[in-house]
Amino acid sequence: MTDTTSLSAPPTDASIWRRIVDSDLFYDFSRRPIIILSALLTLVIILAAAFAPWIAPHTPFDPSSLNLMDGFTPPMEPNAFTGNVYWMGTDSQGRDIFSAILYGARISLLVGFAAVAFAAILGITLGLIAGYKGGLVDTIIMRIADVQLSFPAILVALLIFGITKSLIPNEMQEQAAIYVLILSIGLSDWVQYARTVRSSTLAEKNKEYVQAARLFGVSSFRILARHILPNVMGPVLVIGTIGLALAIILESTLSFLGVGVPATQPSLGTLIRVGNEFLFSGEWWITLFPGITLLILALSVNLLGDWLRDALNPRLR
Amino acid sequence: MIAMLIRRLIQAAMVMLVVAFISFSLFQFVGDPINNMVGQEASQQDRAELRERLGLNDPIPVQFIRFVGNALKGEFGISYRMARPVSEVIAERLPATLELALVSGVLAISLGIGLGVYTALRRDGWLSHFIMSSSLIGVSLPTFLIGILLIYLFSVELQWLPSFGRGETVQITQNWSTGLLTVSGWKSLILPAITLGLFQLTLLMRLVRAEMLEVLRTDYIKFARARGIKQRSIHFHHALKNTLLPVITIAGLQLGSIIAFAIITETVFQWPGVGLLFINAIRFVDIPFMSAYLLLIALVFVVINLIVDLLYFAVDPRLRVTKRSASR
Repeated sequence: MTDTTSLSAPPTDASIWRRIVDSDLFYDFSRRPIIILSALLTLVIILAAAFAPWIAPHTPFDPSSLNLMDGFTPPMEPNAFTGNVYWMGTDSQGRDIFSAILYGARISLLVGFAAVAFAAILGITLGLIAGYKGGLVDTIIMRIADVQLSFPAILVALLIFGITKSLIPNEMQEQAAIYVLILSIGLSDWVQYARTVRSSTLAEKNKEYVQAARLFGVSSFRILARHILPNVMGPVLVIGTIGLALAIILESTLSFLGVGVPATQPSLGTLIRVGNEFLFSGEWWITLFPGITLLILALSVNLLGDWLRDALNPRLR
Repeated sequence: MIAMLIRRLIQAAMVMLVVAFISFSLFQFVGDPINNMVGQEASQQDRAELRERLGLNDPIPVQFIRFVGNALKGEFGISYRMARPVSEVIAERLPATLELALVSGVLAISLGIGLGVYTALRRDGWLSHFIMSSSLIGVSLPTFLIGILLIYLFSVELQWLPSFGRGETVQITQNWSTGLLTVSGWKSLILPAITLGLFQLTLLMRLVRAEMLEVLRTDYIKFARARGIKQRSIHFHHALKNTLLPVITIAGLQLGSIIAFAIITETVFQWPGVGLLFINAIRFVDIPFMSAYLLLIALVFVVINLIVDLLYFAVDPRLRVTKRSASR
């Protein structure tokens, strides 16, 4: 998996581009219109979220910029009082739904990426240690993993969220909510990484290059970090992509249940929860547009992850 | 067989002990139980007295053993938020959750297997293609979003079905009330049951389809065809039977998830079950309720896992041989 040429002579930009275009992966990618569409949609949502402050026509969470007269404007129709047109409508406080979605996707993606990174780092570290050290350490880590795996992630995340929240003093809860959320989603999802990395490590640790390194007296830490780690990263990438979709769904679910991010910094899930209250009075756009955004994001990332798994690693199928 | 059973029972007991310890630690490390029980005006002396009376000064192992003993008797203390015994509250709400889980489980298994077989047998039909592509959306759609979309379509736009609650219920025993005996009860059940079961349905359907396609390619199916056995008999007696093994495993494990995901469905539809209580318990940091719910769910999962393992053993004669030789 590590290319020896890249170690001796760092390739120029053009050659990296050539290598990507020439690869089997890219060939497979170029022949699947649905996957290309998923990649484009994912990219568009990520970019729109990242540049939300520049793209969004309004700043939705600055109370001074809101006009209550604009409230409940249906999409694409001029408001009865002000005549303003919002192409996704406004909510009860006259907040532009489109801008709210951009900012919401920003939070959803931020939590998703951070939770995946946290889960991956934790899982990889524990997997490496379990696989390399073996014995009691291995047994303890993998038993914990087994027990946790028999419960659905949502339950684990809810529980960790509940416990962590109760340990934080009341006045800090608003700011800490996002970090608590990242922590609980991450902790609920590390097992996958640990199991995969452990089994790859078991296979790698008896190979000649590791034995040679050990003979040289290289420390365990260095062997794991510099020699084994790069060779077990392939499957992690795949799990990470699928994990991102799961983390985004989990975040939105927790926020929808009202235990996620606070309403002052709404994610897509929070927007859906808030909008849900207005569904019965006919203001469908407040909840449906964030819902559709979430659906497109989750579906695209899921499809990308599935494709990546099949294309990179047929034996994981 | 007996050795296997005993080993699995010991494993299950270990898992339950670990979960019990986590539940117990909730009491130990999260907040001060005394503070949660007495008001602001209680004197230092009263507190010390209560602490002694409740045995909170005993060594931790002693307290843990007492906790496990109480849990075995079904006593989890008094809910901070509702000021009633937790076991009583759970017993009252459990029927609603079980009913919902049961109906969506039956829905998921019957429709999942039925549609799976159909799409495998007519793999190139337009209906099969349609079912398969929509199932992809079913897998990616978060549960709560399915619920909201269903409510919007059937309750708000069409106004066919109620959007919250259980409808009319009939009291069977003191603690058991059911909505399955009234028309409005069934009407209220339809949307939550679909919401809860849809993910499991699509999962089972895709699994059955994949397994069926695999089995239909095998030699003994070709041989059965050569023998001139009726198509119907080949499909349902020879093929379907052999796809059921992995289906049982997944279906069993998914049954546990159905109970866990009931939390979400119950919130969307304001279904008065234990899941809804659990969400409120988390929001208000109601430790006794959280720990009791945790133990309850763990028990459900452990029992389901055990049954699935045993079923596996009963269904597949090959396992009895290999397990014995490969037993650790």
